[in-house]
Amino acid sequence: MNFKNLKLNLSNKNKDLIPQILTILFLILVVIYFTINAQNNMGNRGISFGFGFLSQESSFDITFSLIDYDGSHSYARAFLVGLLNTILVSAIGIFFATILGVTIGIARLSQNYLVAKSAEWYVEIFRNIPLILQIFFWYFAALRALPLTVDSINFYDISFLNVKGWYVPKFVWVNFSVFIYSLIFALILIYFLAKYAQNQRDKYGKQIPTLYISISLIFGLPLLTFLFGGVSLSFEIPELTQLSKTVYVYRGGVSIIPELISLALALSMYTATFIAENVRAGILGVSKGQKEAAASIGLTKGQILKLVVMPQALRIIIPPTTNQYLNLTKNSSLAAAIAYPDIVLVFAGTALMQTGRAIEIISITMLTYLSLSLSISVFMNWYNKKMAIKEK
Amino acid sequence: MNLSILKSDKKNLNSFIGAGSALIFVGFIDIILSSFFSTNITAFLPNKISYLTPLLFGLFGLYLIRIEFSGNKLLDKVNTNFNSSNFNALLTLLVIFALIKYIPPLLNWFVFDANFAGNTKEDCTSGGACWVFVKVWLNRFVYGLYPDTEQWRINTAFLTLFLLVGASFFVPQKFKKYIIIFLLFVYPIIGLKLISGGDFGLKYVETGAWGGLSLTFIVSAFALILCFPIGTILALGRRSKLPAIRYTSIGFIELWRGVPLITVLFMSAVMFPMFLPDGTYVDKLIRVLIAITLFEAAYMAEVVRGGLQALPKGQYEAAKSLGMGYWKMHFLIILPQALKLVIPGIANTFLALVKDTPLIFVVGLLELAGMVNLAKTNPKWLGMAMEGYVFAGLVFWVICYVMSRYSQNLEKKLKTER
Repeated sequence: MNFKNLKLNLSNKNKDLIPQILTILFLILVVIYFTINAQNNMGNRGISFGFGFLSQESSFDITFSLIDYDGSHSYARAFLVGLLNTILVSAIGIFFATILGVTIGIARLSQNYLVAKSAEWYVEIFRNIPLILQIFFWYFAALRALPLTVDSINFYDISFLNVKGWYVPKFVWVNFSVFIYSLIFALILIYFLAKYAQNQRDKYGKQIPTLYISISLIFGLPLLTFLFGGVSLSFEIPELTQLSKTVYVYRGGVSIIPELISLALALSMYTATFIAENVRAGILGVSKGQKEAAASIGLTKGQILKLVVMPQALRIIIPPTTNQYLNLTKNSSLAAAIAYPDIVLVFAGTALMQTGRAIEIISITMLTYLSLSLSISVFMNWYNKKMAIKEK
Repeated sequence: MNLSILKSDKKNLNSFIGAGSALIFVGFIDIILSSFFSTNITAFLPNKISYLTPLLFGLFGLYLIRIEFSGNKLLDKVNTNFNSSNFNALLTLLVIFALIKYIPPLLNWFVFDANFAGNTKEDCTSGGACWVFVKVWLNRFVYGLYPDTEQWRINTAFLTLFLLVGASFFVPQKFKKYIIIFLLFVYPIIGLKLISGGDFGLKYVETGAWGGLSLTFIVSAFALILCFPIGTILALGRRSKLPAIRYTSIGFIELWRGVPLITVLFMSAVMFPMFLPDGTYVDKLIRVLIAITLFEAAYMAEVVRGGLQALPKGQYEAAKSLGMGYWKMHFLIILPQALKLVIPGIANTFLALVKDTPLIFVVGLLELAGMVNLAKTNPKWLGMAMEGYVFAGLVFWVICYVMSRYSQNLEKKLKTER
């Protein structure tokens, strides 16, 4: 056959089809090849593919768990414990990274030379050291240097820090659900208030002090439940107990394990550098003319910040910052290195070692992270579309 | 109290400056005495007030010297940069006091009280850092468990690499191309062969023995060279008109970007062997390299896509109007421009890659951070974690800082050119 003619005979449509068919064929072949190999390998080891193992008894313990768990629970529950621990450390990390990041981002723009320089050096130092090294540093070097249980660092007799962890008072609630309902109710009220305020502003140009009303609502309503709803709160303070001549432990309260402290510390300090850069870029991204124009129509300094600068700066800041939150969540998987029982250590580590079900367990772990990432990016796309400047 | 009576005017300007400086001076003396000589000159005051005295002295002093348009250039400079408001003055004092309090002990630990001489842990007698630990283990930190007698091979490989890279800056343009092609396609194979050995009379060194800083460099260099073309192709695929190719690329990119590297490495360690025919053994290092490469390629693809999107449509249209096909258009017109646009992004990806290399400990490969972990658990060297991590952190910091500075400079340079 003459290839030159063949090439000429290809219509545009066929030209497009051939590479696509080749790609799909290649993908199918790879999948088939892997599946056959996997089946053979699993057959040789006497295991069959399936997720039935999830309901089996796990028979291993987890050092730190937010929900009831011991060895008699199922693998599925172990997975849930790991997932909750991942979410916990990510939430703590995100909270502190945001506070630290925003502070440092603003500090970098300070007129004060010393403050700006310190913030810059903070960013340069913590951004350029691998996160895993920072975690190792906090866990193996810094927190191991803390005193023993007997001579813990004492914070006003209610909270104690030592090499075994940080012991804080436990909240003991009565009628906790009433409290939560009042919070939800306050949030709903605030939502309608904001709607009403916007409506009034758009229609009559009337300003309603939404912020103050909201703050008093969100604090006031739950406080009322203490008076009338039968809600009460007491604290269980950790106490030093002597077990034997040399062994002391703290009983009661909540113990925050050093793994969690060091992980949260490293994650928030590392991610804060990136958030700081985002905040700085966002504030710098609002042009001076905007502020001057706002000032010239008589807005006060607070109004300028709230109505003109922040909405524009947030549009620049939020997308990359959500990305950083996502990175933080993914980076929390480094927990495996210091044995914080997150999803990777509990599920892809211990559970995998016990069951040998590599394919199922790794797939579940990856899918968990993937669905987390995808849901955040779907949210981001929605947000970007909503916030995009509507040009006329 | 109304402080406005304490505002200076022209007549008493100098007395204000004098009084303010004196107060600031007293504040400084107080903090210096209390942090270096542990004497408290304000001990007669109640405990908490005594603690705050340097701050109060300093704040009041700074308030007194906050004089607009004083005519003194130095004073004006100080006021605009450090002392523009009470809050700023407070921040300035807090930063300076924190520096005075914490920098000297840190320096003492680092240098002045540190131990450099000796060969065992027992030689570390003073309170500072025990750099003896790093000194003794330095060989391991750089070469891992690579046999001592064969280390010249790693040295030769890296020396040749640096010479070649250096040479590519100085030789005329004509030869530069060949050197780069050699560096990208031929040298990695030669270098790898030299380090792993097995032929040409070189002793075979299994990859489990590789480690330390040299492994960090090997992994990052290979992953970078390999992830770049894959990332570019993925980026082109994601912008392709053909749905099958586009969705395959999107799926591939989002899959890798959505999961943490550590799970990818776990996958390469425990799941990947299940997908290969029974009995096939792929070396640990190669599996890790594939995993890291695919992972970073997804990030690289997004960087390159940014560059492709930033190019004006006219470039594509002009290339097409000259009768160029898809590949010719991309390789001659589009990619050279797009890649130049995203050099900072590429540098950032490489930075992330270098910072990610310590994660290969999950498959049992020990680069610098892993070697420190190993060394600190040695019974003879227990309690040396701080020194080890500070050393490793410093090494990584220098590498990453230099790279980020370089990429920032490059960014600036490219900006002015446009």
